[in-house]
Formats: sequence, structure tokens, C-alpha cells
Amino acid sequence: MNIDSIQNGVVLDHIQAGKSMDIYRYLHLDELDCSVAIIKNVRSDRMGKKDIIKIDSPMEVDLDVLGYIDANITVNIIRNGKRVEKKHLELPKKLVNIIHCKNPRCITVSEPQLDAIFLLSDAEKHTYRCAYCDTAKDKR
Amino acid sequence: MPRNIIDITDLTVEEIDQLIATAEDIIANPAKYQSACAHKQLATLFFEPSTRTRLSFESAMLALGGSVLGFSEAQSSSTAKGETVGDTIHTVSCYADIIAMRHPKEGAPYAAAQFSEVPIINAGDGGHNHPTQTLTDLLTIHREKGKLNGFTIGFCGDLKFGRTVHSLVNALSRYDNINYVLISPLELKLPRYVKEEAFKKRGIPYTQTTDLESVIPQLDILYMTRVQKERFFNEEEYLRLKDSYVLTPEKLVNAKENLSILHPLPRVNEISVAVDRDPRATYWKQVKNGKFIRMALIMKLLGIEV
Repeated sequence: MNIDSIQNGVVLDHIQAGKSMDIYRYLHLDELDCSVAIIKNVRSDRMGKKDIIKIDSPMEVDLDVLGYIDANITVNIIRNGKRVEKKHLELPKKLVNIIHCKNPRCITVSEPQLDAIFLLSDAEKHTYRCAYCDTAKDKR
Repeated sequence: MPRNIIDITDLTVEEIDQLIATAEDIIANPAKYQSACAHKQLATLFFEPSTRTRLSFESAMLALGGSVLGFSEAQSSSTAKGETVGDTIHTVSCYADIIAMRHPKEGAPYAAAQFSEVPIINAGDGGHNHPTQTLTDLLTIHREKGKLNGFTIGFCGDLKFGRTVHSLVNALSRYDNINYVLISPLELKLPRYVKEEAFKKRGIPYTQTTDLESVIPQLDILYMTRVQKERFFNEEEYLRLKDSYVLTPEKLVNAKENLSILHPLPRVNEISVAVDRDPRATYWKQVKNGKFIRMALIMKLLGIEV
């Protein structure tokens, strides 16, 4: 299967197989006018299989979103057909308006215009807690 | 940025000890503080009913020579018209020097702090936190035991929705050599996140039981709580659990002579009125202590020293 390489844009590599659609949604890639290629189940020596997303337009990628979904993703910035930067991610300490609290007693549920803020409480378990009500959101 | 008290852990152990020392000095020398907050205004914004907390805040500010304004139920504010917490706080912070707020929604004071230009004190947010009750409890324990370590404390009743329990457990976990006994129905156990933060991260052991009478002889402090009707979505479940524990003189027969019985109040029937005559009943002293520690806190957040 051949997917054309991009000239100016972003390649998200080493996505855990099956997670590419989550990223597509979280990054609102459906709102872009440019070409976006989602390549699923690509063979990988390191991961067995992986997903890749190619975005054929320069854009600012929300690294916090990506780090939250999968800190192993690598972000490659492409200029004039060449990789000019490779970014490694880490688990963000704070998430703003990425995930939302499900606790019906939380003020952010009754007042949804408030920023949804989650703070990393346990990096090992990937646990985030709502900054307002402390309700946990386990990623795994 | 104003200093806010949303959670008891917003205060360091040293700051709590200093507040207790100030409260002790207020009790010993009240006249010294009678004009400490002259020309300052406290807004008490109570979106949910309260007797003790609201009145103790107002009494504290008046005893410091300041004045108070506010409302005691959401229906008498613009919240009834759909105003957000943020807009209400934005408005009130134009009129007052400091705000104490109670709200039925968890995290409302955290939200308020994002919009306020003056200090916010969380006076209770749903079943979540109640830091000034915790300061009251700590002052009471300190006055009764002369220290904040080296004792066995039992928490009894609704430990799931009991915000006073969550805050006090968090605060005490920063002091050494305390044994914790958690007494509740299985449905109302202390939430896992509270146990993780307070006990597991610090390697502090605790005991859980459903049987109050079997553990009462080992306790130095018994912290009773009410099963709170307003925290249940299901009335049937409330009715099934509300009478899980009722403290009576008979149940205190095997308790230590120097046991201190605390309760954040209001009570319904979980402590029989006959226990009020027992010298170990400490909850009325606790009410009084609430005023003094809030005086100390208001002064601290306004940056006033006497």
C-alpha cells in the first residue's frame, strides 16, 4: 500500500494500533481542508503493528492531547519534504478542555462553560483527577 | 493573586499550627482582636442552607470589628435566575474584601477562585471538602488532647459523602503517629481516592470495620457523622442506611474515660441527647471553637496581624 509522502506538514508516528481514530477526533482533524491520511495496522519492528497519521499542511499540534492519549507517539515536522524536527511526548501534568468530568455533582457538569481541568495524580497508573471535584479518570 | 482556602491542603502544617496558636490567643485575649478587621467586609454566600458555618463566619467577622453581607440561600440570589458562579463571584468581589462560600456542587469554590479578586474560603462544597470545619476539628483536638499526634481516632457514619471526614483525614495524615479506625456501612466507606492520598501514599495503616462497639474501647477520639439525606439520589437507600449508628450512653460503657466525642453537627439521631450530659461529649465546645479558628483564618487571608 502506497501513501504519498508529504511536503509540508506533520506525521504522527508510533501510534498504538487502533488509536488513530481517537487522535483524529481529539485533534479535530475532520475540520481540516488539507489531505489527512490515516494508516492503520502498519508493521513495526518495535510495536508489532502501529498506526500513522499524515497531515499534509503545517499545523500546531496539541502535544498535551497527544501525550494524554499515548505518550509514546512521535511527532515529525516536515518541511520541503524533509523531517526538520522530531518531538517526543510526555504525560502532561495538566489537561484543559480535553476530557470532561462525569461526576453529576461536579460544578463543571452544571456549568459546562467552565474550563474542564484535570491534574495528573498518578503517572504510573495514568490517573488524572478533576481539579474541581477530585473525581478520577483512569486512562488505562 | 489572592490567597484562597479551597482544600485543607492549601495550608501547610506550619500554617495550621500558626492558626491554632492565633486562635488560642484570641480565646485568651479577645479584646486584643476586637478591631483587627475594622472597615473590612466579609461576604457569606450560602447557596445551600447552614446554621453553624454561616453564623460562625459572621460572628467571627463581627468579633474582629468587621462587617458582613451576603445571602443564606440560592433562591435569594441571582442564581435563581440562572447566573453562573463565576458571574456571582465577579460581582461580589467588587463589594467585599473576602468571601466565604458554600455551594451544593463539588468544586464550586475552585471555580469561584478563578473569577475572584479577593480571597475565597470554601465553606463546604457538596460532599467534597469543608476545610474550615477541619480547622475547627483540629483546634478542638488540640485543646482537648494538647497535641495533634499520638492518638487513636475513629471516624463513624457516612464516610463516603462526609466531606468533613475527607478533609480531617487529609489534614491529620500530615501529622505523625495517629491510628485510624474507619467505621461505616459497606455502602458508605471512605472513598478510595481519599485513602490513596491520605494513607497509601504515606504508608499509613488504617482499620476498617462496620462494628462501632467492638472498636470503641481503643479510641481516644470518636468523630461521629450524620448520614446526609441531601447526598442521596435514592431515598430508599437513605432510609436503609440512616440509622446505621446511634451513639447512646450504653455504647459508651466500655469507652475510655478521656474519650473526646466530636461531631461536625447538625445531628439527627446518630448521637442520642442523653450523651450530651456525658463529660466526654465535646461537640458543643467544637461549635464554639469554630468561631475562633475562623477569626484566625480571616485575619491571615486579609494579611492582618495583631
